[in-house]
Formats: sequence, structure tokens, C-alpha cells
Amino acid sequence: MGRTIIEKIIQAHSRDDAAAGRIVWMDLDVRSARDFGGPNVVKNFEREYGGSPPADAAKTVFTFDLCAPACSLKYADNQQACRDFARKHGIQVFDVDRGVGTHVMIEEGLARPNGTVVGTDSHMNILGAVGCFGQGMGDVDVAFAFKTGRTWFEVPESVKVVLKGRLSPAAEAKDLTLFLCRELGTKRIALHSAEFYGEAVRDLALSGRITLCSMITEMAGIIGFIPENGPVVADADASYAGLVEFDVSGLPPQVAVPPSPNAVRPLADVRGTRIDSGFIGSCTNGRTEDFARAAEILKGRKVKKGVMLKIVPATRRVYEEMLKRGVLETLFRSGAIIVNPGCGGCAEGHVGLTGKGEVQISTGNRNFPGKQGQGQTYLAGPAVVAASCVAGEIAGPEDL
Amino acid sequence: MDENIRQGRAVVLLDKQGEIIEDIDTDQIFHNAHLHITDIAQMGSYALGNLEGWKDFPKTGREGDILIAGRNFGAGSSRQQAVDCFAALKVGAILAPSFSAIYFRNAVNSGFPVLKIHGLETMIAGAGIVTGDVIRFDVRSGRAENVTRGGALKIEPMSPVQYDIFLAGDLFKYGKNMK
Repeated sequence: MGRTIIEKIIQAHSRDDAAAGRIVWMDLDVRSARDFGGPNVVKNFEREYGGSPPADAAKTVFTFDLCAPACSLKYADNQQACRDFARKHGIQVFDVDRGVGTHVMIEEGLARPNGTVVGTDSHMNILGAVGCFGQGMGDVDVAFAFKTGRTWFEVPESVKVVLKGRLSPAAEAKDLTLFLCRELGTKRIALHSAEFYGEAVRDLALSGRITLCSMITEMAGIIGFIPENGPVVADADASYAGLVEFDVSGLPPQVAVPPSPNAVRPLADVRGTRIDSGFIGSCTNGRTEDFARAAEILKGRKVKKGVMLKIVPATRRVYEEMLKRGVLETLFRSGAIIVNPGCGGCAEGHVGLTGKGEVQISTGNRNFPGKQGQGQTYLAGPAVVAASCVAGEIAGPEDL
Repeated sequence: MDENIRQGRAVVLLDKQGEIIEDIDTDQIFHNAHLHITDIAQMGSYALGNLEGWKDFPKTGREGDILIAGRNFGAGSSRQQAVDCFAALKVGAILAPSFSAIYFRNAVNSGFPVLKIHGLETMIAGAGIVTGDVIRFDVRSGRAENVTRGGALKIEPMSPVQYDIFLAGDLFKYGKNMK
């Protein structure tokens, strides 16, 4: 019988039969930890394995992206504990200058089609965008993976999601993603791998594929793959747990309203909601294309007085591309605050803080209560966030 | 004592309307403001610290309590602290119709009992399970009962891997005995 994408990737890394539903031991091409989780990985590792080395230092990495550079003594201590461990064992560190770990691993070629990567990031499954199995894990799992290079995994069943029709120019990859967050909720692909088919995803560039794959976690899925024009495909006779179809032609811009990424409405329903701040960045919308789209809207315009617009590129490479293409200057002239690359904006404690009563519109992926401080967070694509920051209220580019 | 048997006071995570709370995410269980903490003993006082109506759980909870939650418990981040905070309080187990994949793994690998329970909504609606009831279950067979009210609970037994890791204590101890 044919195999789904996830079955094929896991099978290539396991001696067990990697059919859906089986629990297998699989080899991991890359095992990573970051500055949240990483210090606990080090602590677990040293408690359990003393000063002995990891299975393969060359396949082990740290990526510091959450509190970068450290904004408190505690995080400075935690990052240094990881650096000391890394130096001792010859492990590579993508340090606080580099940006979001998953994106850095894609750029550096560590996350490859058909590969397997784990790390202490629940959005590690973003790597599905390049046909790589990625999975977020806790610090026990990752410490064990550092030492053994392996992990146990229950091979999930797959759901086929067919998206008919083409996206209109008004709709971005984020709008499609938020639409799926609403339609699939946290039940329809829960604990499954999703394979996305159809014209709407065939047209997506890598940045758009990243946006879609980054929110599979919010749909409670294991991972998402886009075989259309992608490097990894399923067998023609693979078996699926379900088939879901949507027609997305004419889809208008979408906004997730607090307090859930699955509470999604068309822009028209929330247009005019007053905002205090905006955020563009995150592993969901932190690519050059995302900022270029925002810059198109902000060119020759100003962020409304009294509104803060925070910009966080995903990686240093993105930052450089923004610099070369003039995107950075356009954003700067609009009045935006531009911060160094990383996960700032999603974790409380860096640039992601909102005060009680503050209303924020963000390109991030989560708006759970208290996720980014005490305020209310709406989620949208870069075009809607940029337009909203000019208008001072939730708006689309056509409203300016 | 049979290590497969767990018994304790049920604590049913209901909202103000008396509905079981679904999709409880890790920021409600152990907020990201406390992620710098690496000592498990310090984690207990933050358990459920951001879940409306349950913020005082570290004070009101008792050793051995069995937490009962709605579906997709532990959604969100990969933080191990969201499991460890309950282990620190010596919570006996967590039962829910489903867990997020990462949360479930984290608990399994720590040897902390997390089990799937079926028919929960019907039981809650019919007052078949109420906070304070004593419940008892066998993690191996799935046999479970409400000791206080009588009646069976439908619990899925642990998978072989989960059970082996649970018996060993955690993934590290289990791994040391692997070939």
C-alpha cells in the first residue's frame, strides 16, 4: 500500500514499519534547543549523562531567538549556560544575532526535504513548508535526543485538504491560513498530518508556505505539507483518514479576534475597531515578502500618531534583504519601530508586551489570553496590520 | 500498593457557566513570564496561574488530586514546565478527552500519568463526576470507577511505550535499559 508524506519521511528514518498508527523509533537528522527550554535540556542532560558528549555534536544545535539579546539577568544566565555547554561539546550556536531558529535552519540547509528535525519550539513543524519533518518537543525529549539521536513517535494518520480556486490579490497567505484556522478549528486535523493540495497553495512562494505551515499547531495538527510544486510527495495510492475541500476563490481578508486564533472573522466584521499598537513579524509572517507587502502600503504614509508599529524580521538574512531592497527605509520613514531579528512579539518579556486595555493587531500566530501581556490581540496578515496602523483602527489597504 | 492504580480527589476544570474548559493552552497552565525557571520545585506555585477561575489551584489543590479537563488540553507551546508544575504539586494524574501532541509526549516522557477519558461531557452534565469525588483507575487496564458515587469511568489504558516509560520512571531511565 502507498504511503503518505509523513509515513515516507519517518520510514526513511526508521527500521520499524512506519505505517500510520504505529509507534516507531526514528533517527533525527537535527536536534535543537533554544533559549526557552534549552537551559532545561542542558540541566537534564548533565544530570542524566554527566560530562559525556551528545551522540553527534555536528547534528546538535542551539538557536537563541526568544529573548534576544537577553532582556533580563535570568535569560542572560540561561543563554550563557547553553553557550558553555555548547563550547564544551563543540555544538554550534546560532546566537542572539541570528533570529528565529526554524527559519535559520531552513536558510542554513539544516532542515532539508525528507529530513527530520526536533527542537524546543512548538512551531518546529513549520519545517513542513520545505518538506521536512519538524516537531516541537519538551526538554526531556530533546535532552534524550541530544544523547541518543533518536526519539519514539506515533506515526499520525493524514488528512487531505484540497483548496480549490485561486486567492484574489486582496488575500494573502495569512488570510488563507486564518480561514483554515476557523474551518478546521482544533478538531478536524487534530493529531493528524495535513497535506494541502490545489491551485491556491500551488501558487504560494516559500514565505506563504511558511505562513500556512506555521499555524498547523493552532489547528492542533502534527504538521502540514504542501506537495504541490513541493519537493516531497505522497504515493498515489496512499491512504487518508479524511478529505476536506474548500473553495477559496474570492476569500476576503481575515482577522482572528481575541482570545483564540480559531475565532476568525472576515475583515468587514471588525473593521473600525480602535487599535493602540501593531506588530509585523514572527515565524508566521517574518519573511522579506511580508515586510515588502507592508512597505507597499506604508510608502508615503505615516503610522497614526499614538499608534506603535513594531517590526521584527525573522532572521538576520531577512533584515539584510530588507536593507538592500529599501524596505527598511520605507518602514522607518513611516514611523515604525524596527527591532533586531527573533521571536520578539510572541513571548512576553521582549517587544511583545501589551498593557491592560491595550488593543494590538499582530501578524503572529497566537492571541491566547495573556500570551503577549494583558492586552487584546487580533491576528491578521501584514497588509491589514500595516493599513490598520495608518488608520488607527482595524482596516484594509482599500480603506486608506 | 499496586503501581498501576491511582486514586485521588477529582478536580474538574469547569468555567463560570459550569462547562468543562477545552483548549487550555500552556500559557494558561504555566505562563511564559516564568519560563526562566529551571528548578522543578519552584514551578508548582505557577500551575494554572493564568486560567480564569483556577489561579488559586496551587493553594487549593491537594497531593494526589486527579485533574479532569476538556479536550485539547495543553495546546500551544512545547514547554515542559506545563507538565512539571503539576508534578511539583504532586498531582496524581490528568484526564482529558484529548491532549495536544507535544503536551502528551512531555507528560509521557516525564512518567507523569496522562490518560484519555471518554464520555466526559455526558458524565459532567449528569453530575456523574463532581469536584471532590474520589476516583480510582488502573493505568494498565483502563478500569476506572467513581468511588464516591459508584459507576464506571471510560479511560483509555496507556499505550505500551507510555506504560514502559511510566514503569521505568521517565524516558531517561527507560532509555538506559534499552538495547
